[in-house]
Amino acid sequence: MTERRAKRFGRFARRTPACHWLAASIVAGLAVAVASAPVNAQLNTQEEPVESFEIGLSTNRIGITADFNGAQLVVFGALDNADARIQRQQRYDIVVALFGPRAPVVVREKQPVLGIWVNQDSETFDAAPTTYSVASTRPFQDIASKAVRERLSLGIDSVRLSIADGAESEAGQTNRSEFEAALRRIRTNKGLYSEATGEVRFLGPSLFRADLRLPADLPVGVHTARAYLFRQGVLIRQSSQQLTVVKVGFEAWIDRFSEEHGASYGVLAVLLAVFTGWFGRVIFRRD
Amino acid sequence: MFLYLPIAEISVNILVIIGMGAAVGFLSGLFGVGGGFLITPLLIFYNIPPAVAVATGANQVIASSFSGALVHYKRGTVDIKLGTMLLIGGTLGSIAGVALFSLLRSIGQLDLTVSILYVLFLGGIGGLMLTESVKSMIKRRKGGGDGDLRRPGQHNWVHGLPLKMRFPRSRLYVSIIPVIGLGFLIGVLAAIMGVGGGFVMVPAMIYLLRVPTNVVIGTSLYQIVFTAAVTTVLQAATNGTIDVVLAFLLMIGGVFGAQFGAEAGRKLRGDQLRALLALLVLAVGIRLGVELVMPPSEIFSLSAPSGARQ
Repeated sequence: MTERRAKRFGRFARRTPACHWLAASIVAGLAVAVASAPVNAQLNTQEEPVESFEIGLSTNRIGITADFNGAQLVVFGALDNADARIQRQQRYDIVVALFGPRAPVVVREKQPVLGIWVNQDSETFDAAPTTYSVASTRPFQDIASKAVRERLSLGIDSVRLSIADGAESEAGQTNRSEFEAALRRIRTNKGLYSEATGEVRFLGPSLFRADLRLPADLPVGVHTARAYLFRQGVLIRQSSQQLTVVKVGFEAWIDRFSEEHGASYGVLAVLLAVFTGWFGRVIFRRD
Repeated sequence: MFLYLPIAEISVNILVIIGMGAAVGFLSGLFGVGGGFLITPLLIFYNIPPAVAVATGANQVIASSFSGALVHYKRGTVDIKLGTMLLIGGTLGSIAGVALFSLLRSIGQLDLTVSILYVLFLGGIGGLMLTESVKSMIKRRKGGGDGDLRRPGQHNWVHGLPLKMRFPRSRLYVSIIPVIGLGFLIGVLAAIMGVGGGFVMVPAMIYLLRVPTNVVIGTSLYQIVFTAAVTTVLQAATNGTIDVVLAFLLMIGGVFGAQFGAEAGRKLRGDQLRALLALLVLAVGIRLGVELVMPPSEIFSLSAPSGARQ
């Protein structure tokens, strides 16, 4: 079952218009929260500012239907009790990332054998996110050091692909990095991995929003949105939310049927073919 | 008119798929073959994952073969006994083929194997047919011959094998070993290549078993319906790679196309038809062959540990 699940990682479908309603209502709700924020801020001015940091998604559930063709996920957030001086200098940085379900992936390399291109070496990455989209206030290298970026998976080049890093390497460390780069490159070219620097925008003193692009073949499962707040290059807060992606409608029904009752599905497919063949003969009977 | 295919997991243009089915149906009506050997490569060119293309091809073949087999059954040109013997081999072949399919997929060599098999079979059979039909056309121009494939048979090594059985309808007395063996080979091909195997079966029955031409097509179609059916059920149960929506779109196109193909076929001579089919078979084979030797634009590929494409 899990293998079949893993096979199903490419998905096409569309976000319902209801999401926009949700988005709109969240904006309205946050706007109210923002209006009351300065009062709280003033109470705390004497002490070290304790920033509070929360995010909300424009929707917590995406249903994939027959004509889904990618979607935009809006992540709203509120940064309260911000130090006004640091904020004026734009030394607060925010990174918002959406991680698709993690799954093992095999990367294979073709090499010519007797003039024919044949799959030769392979490397397995045990926990690569199926999709990854990230938005930030500034380029990642300006926000945090390489070590921090790798620890938090900030940016396509830093997103973590395996839990036991290098443990399963068959071709040695140098080659593995080549396979790793290929995995990142292929998924980026397919639109599964995307990054958008400068796409986290402050709408007011404390309200911000991030626009994440979701690919057309969005995998079903639980996606996790994580947001990180950096103050002068130091990670001070993080917050996360979950997004569930499910298939809905006829496609979901067929997919589930094929997965759970493979043999009956096959028998029905045969009967459908026999019926179509017979019916075609009936319509065009000549002899 | 885009539609998301639930198993292939790709959004396709409905009209393109129906058109593809119609084009192949036209050719299969014209030449009297199932068309599986054309549909699977076409689907692969259209970016359908090869595993799904192969399995769905087998499903599609049932519709066109059943349609054809019905006609032959009414005309009495199906040798049920011979077909059933072929079928026993075919079922065993399907089981072996589906297992082999899963194995190749898990070691990442399925696509390569499918391509190589296609190149070998299409190239070989296309080449033989082209030579034969051109010879026949030349002979005809010189005044002799009627463009028929059948030649009076001397006995060959096949007729020396034990376990003989009588097939009255085909007027044959032959060992069941090559019959079951041929069925087995077709079953394996059906599972791995997504073909009914008509393009291998028909020449083999004529040249190897010396079955009379008039019962060859009907019997082969009868056998293919069942082999493809077994393959479809096994593929669905083992690999879950049958896309019934895709198969249905192809069938609709195929059923329509086949009628016009049969119409057109009546206007062409046998040797011309065979030469055309040979050219078509060769073209598909060459196209796939070129892909094997051309350096790919991306030498890396991703798959799930089960072998499913990503």
